[in-house]
Amino acid sequence: MFPRAYKIAVSLPPITWVLLFLLLPYSVLFLYSFWTVTPSQQIVHQWNTSNYRELLQVPVYLEVLLRSMRIAGTVTLLSLLLGYPLAYFVSFHAGARKELLYQLVIIPLWVSYLVRAYAWKTILGSDGVLNTLLQYLHITSHPQQFLLYSPFAVVLTLTHIYTPFTFLPIYAAMEHIPRPLVEASQDLGATPMHTFWRVILPLSIPGAIAGATFSFVLSLGDFLAPLLVGGPSGIMISNIVVSLFGAAYNWPLGAAISACMMLLVIALLFATERLEKKWSLT
Amino acid sequence: MEQPFTAAAPPMSPNTVSKALLSVRSVAKQFGNRIVLRDCSLDVAEGEFLSVLGESGSGKTTLLRLIAGFEACSDGEIWMVGQRLDLLPPYKRCVNTVFQHYALFPHLSVFDNVAYGLRVCGTPPTEVRSRVEEALTMVKMCAYAHASPAKISGGQQQRVALARALVNRPRLLLLDEPLSALDANLRRQMQLELKTLQRELGIAFLFVTHDQEEAMTMSDRIALLHGGEVEQVANPQTIYRMPATAYVAQFIGQTNLLHARVTGGIAECGGLRWPTAQGNGPATYSLRPECIVPGAVSPPSEGGCVRFRARLVAQVFQGATKLWQIECPSGFRLMVRTSARGGAGEMDFAFSVEDVVWVRD
Repeated sequence: MFPRAYKIAVSLPPITWVLLFLLLPYSVLFLYSFWTVTPSQQIVHQWNTSNYRELLQVPVYLEVLLRSMRIAGTVTLLSLLLGYPLAYFVSFHAGARKELLYQLVIIPLWVSYLVRAYAWKTILGSDGVLNTLLQYLHITSHPQQFLLYSPFAVVLTLTHIYTPFTFLPIYAAMEHIPRPLVEASQDLGATPMHTFWRVILPLSIPGAIAGATFSFVLSLGDFLAPLLVGGPSGIMISNIVVSLFGAAYNWPLGAAISACMMLLVIALLFATERLEKKWSLT
Repeated sequence: MEQPFTAAAPPMSPNTVSKALLSVRSVAKQFGNRIVLRDCSLDVAEGEFLSVLGESGSGKTTLLRLIAGFEACSDGEIWMVGQRLDLLPPYKRCVNTVFQHYALFPHLSVFDNVAYGLRVCGTPPTEVRSRVEEALTMVKMCAYAHASPAKISGGQQQRVALARALVNRPRLLLLDEPLSALDANLRRQMQLELKTLQRELGIAFLFVTHDQEEAMTMSDRIALLHGGEVEQVANPQTIYRMPATAYVAQFIGQTNLLHARVTGGIAECGGLRWPTAQGNGPATYSLRPECIVPGAVSPPSEGGCVRFRARLVAQVFQGATKLWQIECPSGFRLMVRTSARGGAGEMDFAFSVEDVVWVRD
């Protein structure tokens, strides 16, 4: 057992951090969501739920929220489809190249998010790499506009950015599968296919749930990718929050949207945590 | 006088008379530059309990993994009843393994663990049920069919692992130090149960262990591995009484190694002389401590006795027997195991010539 004074000394910094940088700002945000703005752009400190009512009544908010969830869902699905087989390959079949491949997956995370998003702009733009190539090969005669400034571009960019985040927990889960289990499965007559479905997949599900949660939550709240490559049709809910806090100067409404998003994400995290617990054993 | 002192053709146990079920032929295994097994040959007979005994690093687990198919041979062949085994993937080999740490599937119940091997082969559900129940009854684990492997004790996990490996009715069961994780009492009990089970089922067991006592009590034959090579394959009595090499003599039980010089059919070491069939030059002999008898009465012997006087230097009480250290006038020291009471100072000792066994270095 540790002395009381030691315990307090150790836990004080993190508690202070959480209080100052998480709980306090969130409380302020939550308070703001119940205040209003006058037409002369004055914030009135008066309790009311008009912001929340507006959210439900003005269709654009719900529409954008649904679109954001659709985009986040697509990104999650794609990053699972890319990340899971990749993790499986690196963990089970990469042999001596395992470390190298793992590092190659990680390295993009060292590069700034902004740079990676911009890279897609130069690839997808009208004078971009892709359009130039398509025209050079005479597949198209004029630049394809749908490539950039569309939900498609947002999904592509976010998938590229968040696949490593999906890969990591899946890879970690697979690395934790004791190899004798795989051997036991083969020993009992299971083909590699059977072994995958009956041993590796069930034991890596918690990692896949964690990875899917990462990519869904992170892309749901993303505002830079839609800003850079999304265009008007690729707007996501965070862009609305940004503009409400900025140009529109409607902090209370922005706060209300943020509060709703936060509740949504917290609920999601609780749900996935329970799912993970259900699947993980020992 | 002319006893065969060389450890030639050991007497066969009844089991080895039948034809070989598994035949390991000149198998070698290298990991990079590290040679783990070299020129390893071994036969396992139908229904035989064969222990592969050796220290850690002797290559015994590698040998088992080569037979199971988890590693590929660098050289040599493995045959099983007329079929080349070493070219098949592990899931096509008709051997099953009990793993050292059991390797039970944590996400499956005890029942589903045992059913695994049947289900992947597409056995109909009703047959799966009856065969799993049969296997669980055999290891007395029926009551735990729906438990999770994490919720049962080590000994119980061991039984489940055994049932899981036997449910496919292999002709050869590989066991990789299956009892090493159990405490001493449970281990002795499981040794007995394993042996009984093996007799009843008539399945050949290839049992990897580092515990010589375990190997001695359970096996029909023991294959002793050392530094990746098979030192001797023989039944426990032979391996104890007629060790082929100095390593075997020292590894199994305790022994006195006599580094003698042979001249004209007589070996000499530390003032002791005995007749031998070895040619002139240096030779090593093993003499078990219990073969040296204190007192003036000679031990019964056909090949004659060697008598000598020696001084008792030290003694260790070991329950039923005592271990003495004695010193010959030449200063040469020997270990003696005896149940004699008392004993002090200069005494008479004797051993029979046939108990001095020539061993390869």
